[in-house]
Parts: sequence; C-alpha cells; structure tokens
Amino acid sequence: MAKDLKEIKDIEEIKELGWDELLPGAALFSFREPVEDVAEIPMEERPYAPTNSHEWQVGDWRVEKPVYNRDYCIDCQFCWVFCPDMSILSRDKKMIGVVYEHCKGCGICVEVCPTNPKSLLMFPEHMDNQEALAMWPKKEEKK
Amino acid sequence: MVKKIKNLKEFSLSNDRFEGANLMCPGCAHNIIVREVLNATDDPIIVATATGCLEVCTAVYPKTSWDVSWLHIGFENAAVAAATISAAYEVMKKKGKLPPATQKMVDEGREPKIVAFAGDGGTYDIGFQSLSGAFERGHNFMYVCLDNEVYANTGGQRSSSTPIGASTTTSPAGSVSYGEKMMKKSMVEIMADHGAPYVAQVSPSKWKDLVKKVQKGFEVNGPVYINAQSACTTEWKHAPEDTIEVSDLGVDSCVWPLYEIINERDEHGIIYSTKLNITYRPKKKIPVEEYLAAQPRFRHLFKPENRHIIDLWQKAVDARWEYLQKREEAGV
Repeated sequence: MAKDLKEIKDIEEIKELGWDELLPGAALFSFREPVEDVAEIPMEERPYAPTNSHEWQVGDWRVEKPVYNRDYCIDCQFCWVFCPDMSILSRDKKMIGVVYEHCKGCGICVEVCPTNPKSLLMFPEHMDNQEALAMWPKKEEKK
Repeated sequence: MVKKIKNLKEFSLSNDRFEGANLMCPGCAHNIIVREVLNATDDPIIVATATGCLEVCTAVYPKTSWDVSWLHIGFENAAVAAATISAAYEVMKKKGKLPPATQKMVDEGREPKIVAFAGDGGTYDIGFQSLSGAFERGHNFMYVCLDNEVYANTGGQRSSSTPIGASTTTSPAGSVSYGEKMMKKSMVEIMADHGAPYVAQVSPSKWKDLVKKVQKGFEVNGPVYINAQSACTTEWKHAPEDTIEVSDLGVDSCVWPLYEIINERDEHGIIYSTKLNITYRPKKKIPVEEYLAAQPRFRHLFKPENRHIIDLWQKAVDARWEYLQKREEAGV
C-alpha cells in the first residue's frame, strides 16, 4: 500500500520504505514547514524534514576520524571552508567541533590545519576522543 | 545585495544551504565549490543541476541535500533550465505575480540568483548546444562547470575536457598507448566569444578568488560562465586528503590559471571592449611535472618511453600562460 508523506512522522519509518512505497508524485521537502529565509537561520534552528539528508548520517563510512584539540586552535577557519561535508561546526568566528554524523573521514581538515602541532589529527575510529587528546604530539622544532 | 566578505572569519558566519550526509565521495571538490558558491551570497538562490555526480549523490531517494530551490533536469539542458527559470522570473516580476515572501526580498534589493551546476561532461560535450543557445539569447543566470576532466559518475570515460596523457577507462594507458591523445578544449575562451559579460576560471583552493568572481558574476546582467577546477579523488586517483594540495599544484604550475574575461557591449549587442585579467600569479611557477606526479592517472607518463608527453605538457602550459599574459597586457 503506497503511503502519503503526511502519514510519516518518524524518520526511521522512511528508511524502511522501498522506492515504490511512497505515493507517486509525493514531494520530498527539505523542511517540515515553509521557511522564508534559509540563509538567516543557523543549522541548529532549522525545522528539518526527515527527507533532508541532514537528518541522516554517513559516519559509518569512516575508518579514521578527525579529533579536534581546542588548545592549539587559532580559529583560522581553513578547515571550515575546505570541509566538503559541512562537518566543521563554526559559530561566531570560533571553531567548535566536528559533526561526526556527516564526516566521511577524508582528512582534508587535518591537511589544511596550519598550527604546530596540528589542532586536528586523524585517529582510529574506535578510539575514545579523550584518549586521543592525551596522546597529542608535542610542538615540532624547525630544523 | 553584495555580501561583505572581508576575510575567512567573516565568511565562516555563513549558514550553509547545502547539507551533509550527501553521498559524494570523501574529499570531493564538487562539494567545496558548491558550498563556496552558495555561501557567496545571502540572497535566495535557485539551482538547476544537470545529471552528473552532483545530482546523483545529492538527491538519492528519499532525501535531498538542498535547502535552496532545486531543479534536476537532463544531462544536456542545465543551461536551458536555468535560462527558463530566469525568463519566468522576469515575467512574474514584471506582472507583479511573485510570491509575497520573494517580493519582500526583491523590495529589499535581494534579487534571487539563478545558478546552473553541471560537470564537464554536461558542459564541454553533451550540454554544449543548449549552453551555447542560452548564452546567445543572453539570459540572466550563472553557469558553473565543475570540471573534473572525466565522466566520473559513469565510471571514468574520457570527455573533451580530459587533458593529454590521462589514463581513463576509454583511453587506457598500456603498452601501446600513453592514454588520452587529445588536448583539452579551452572552454573559457569559447564562452567568452559568445559575448558573455563575465567569464572566469576558478579553483576551490583559492576560496577568496572564487567568492569574489562569483559575487562579480551575480552583479552582472547577462549570462555568466564560471569554470571551476574540481579535483576528483576517484578518477584522478589521489588520496582524499590531497584534494586541496592537488588543486594548489594545478594553480601554481599554471596548468589551471586563474583569470577572468570581461566583455562590454553596447545596446545593439556589439562588443566594444574585451578585457582579460589574470587574478592570481604564482610567486614561483612550479614545473608541471609536480602536478602530474601528484595524480596516479598520469603515473605511466614517468616511464622513459612516455617522457616526451611531459615535455609536451610543459610546452603547452608555458605557451598558454604566455598567451594569457600577452592578452592581459594588450587589454584584449
């Protein structure tokens, strides 16, 4: 029995549906309600619909994850501008952290980080973040 | 309204209108370009996307990664879709039939921006006739070509953007061949010759240059063509974390020069002035060999029997850089 989008309340329910189980012509919207000016609303306050990919996750693609160390960060925002997956959270010109649901583990943020030692480093996915922070490398002397 | 972006910190205040958890490859430059283009303005944006990696991976049933109005159309007609949106918008505006929310923004001086995204396959080959037609008619929209020099979505076939010596699935390198035999088509000049008011070449690694050119393009009345270098981890075969480095190597070796062409036309459409500006000059021009060495799709060129192709590359890049500088100097 084909379903109308209006009947679906829970995101989990859509994940179980096959491609032919939604009513033909059912429009899949980005938001639950009309939003007038998306550019003015930060991500946390947007009324995302379950059909927006923001509500899904690709974190299980990763083998290694970037870990963020606030102590060395200079808020240059290189990681923010070059992140292909909108996974670097930056608010009020300050870097806050990594969105692990959307990060695919490409490692660009670590490559472009200019600090010494880097304030973003790749660690194995299974490692605890606190454990990773404890084994952070020391400043490298220039030879 | 032009968004004020003085530095990267200011730019980072932008609220992304392109969402994560899309299915693009890790480290894909397409995403970086799309983000930089969408964040270049706070005005409403209407996007038309041709078939290609970007469309296939950002609109997988039952989800979408777009927070802006988005239209998917065939492989060949992203330019026409954008042109018709632009024409429809002009008519609705003239008749006063815009939706109230849009009308309010237009009154505030925030006109909607219409952008078409397409890959190099949808631009250089398949979409060329519709792109050429839309530019000839002079609709008011921006066309961004995400140029990864190969049909990456369908398994890496050569396109007319693939440069000489690259190994692709339809031009494989082996004992009898060094890979692709043809030089790359110079699309930027072709589009400039349509008389478009603004045409530019950009790279995602030089974000400020890209944003500036996109903002300039939004301000111009008429069709705008932006050719964006898009390093492809899958088909250029470099590691995902090297995307920005490879892009930088391309720019610094002048394989991918950053420049813009501005055409000025009178009311009859006659071009009375053409200007070419080089917007980025590498402090030290690095040899092309370094750019090629960073990408395993050119690995076979380093065999002794294929070395002459590297020399050919260097010659071609030097000649082109010389040509651009001469044009800039002469102001044509």
